[in-house]
Amino acid sequence: MSNLDLTFQALADPTRRAMVERLAKGSCSVSELAQPFAMSLPAVYQHLQMLEASGLVASEKIGRVRTCRMEPAAMSLAETWINRRRTDWEARLDRLGAHLQRFPEGEPK
Amino acid sequence: MTDHSIAHGVFTIERTYPDVAPQRVFDAFATAAGKQAWFFGPGDWQIAQREFDFRPGGRERVKGRRSSGDESFFDAVYFDIVPGERIVYAYDMWHEGRKLSVSLATLEFHAVAGGTRLRLCEQGAFLDGYDDAGRREHGTIELMDRMETTLRA
Repeated sequence: MSNLDLTFQALADPTRRAMVERLAKGSCSVSELAQPFAMSLPAVYQHLQMLEASGLVASEKIGRVRTCRMEPAAMSLAETWINRRRTDWEARLDRLGAHLQRFPEGEPK
Repeated sequence: MTDHSIAHGVFTIERTYPDVAPQRVFDAFATAAGKQAWFFGPGDWQIAQREFDFRPGGRERVKGRRSSGDESFFDAVYFDIVPGERIVYAYDMWHEGRKLSVSLATLEFHAVAGGTRLRLCEQGAFLDGYDDAGRREHGTIELMDRMETTLRA
């Protein structure tokens, strides 16, 4: 799987998206990261593993605390470029679908 | 900027629109009024200026502005148009007066059972690694929001 596939797979889950949003605000420990979620620590680690596999997030154990951080370099500039163009287009094509449903016969006069 | 570089990227998106003919979907790309309904940027982005000349060699220019004041500029030339079937255009994309990328976009409209399949492909050259680093955090969060919207749709 390409990095981009792994990235999209990692971000396809609302919990992992919430984790990335949290980390975009700054590094934190795994327990801080887990705090908003009603799930076991092993479950949190599983999500973290997928985020790390995608390269979006890195973690490091110092003493007894594992600290997580965003790894912006992992999203190469080309991937950032593609992601932005693609998400722009996905949103536009959603709107196009709604527009076509509303006006199936042709553009409104 | 002293460092010049190019990164290349390609992506394809396919969508099927039920109950509409290819010509109908094509028309939504072929008129300024049709495009206005759905072709715009993220968030509170608003069209400040639009020029639309839909024919081979014709130009489309869209200047957009966000409430924060930053401006983007899309400048395209249509290269190939087959009514109801295909559109090919090339464009460059500017943000705050800097050229971000130059791309080739192709759109294909296929009749499928009960509707139209749209196939979009973009091939781009991303220039000089220009990425608004100060907004990376903002961009990431925005990306998440957009993914959420897309995935819920």
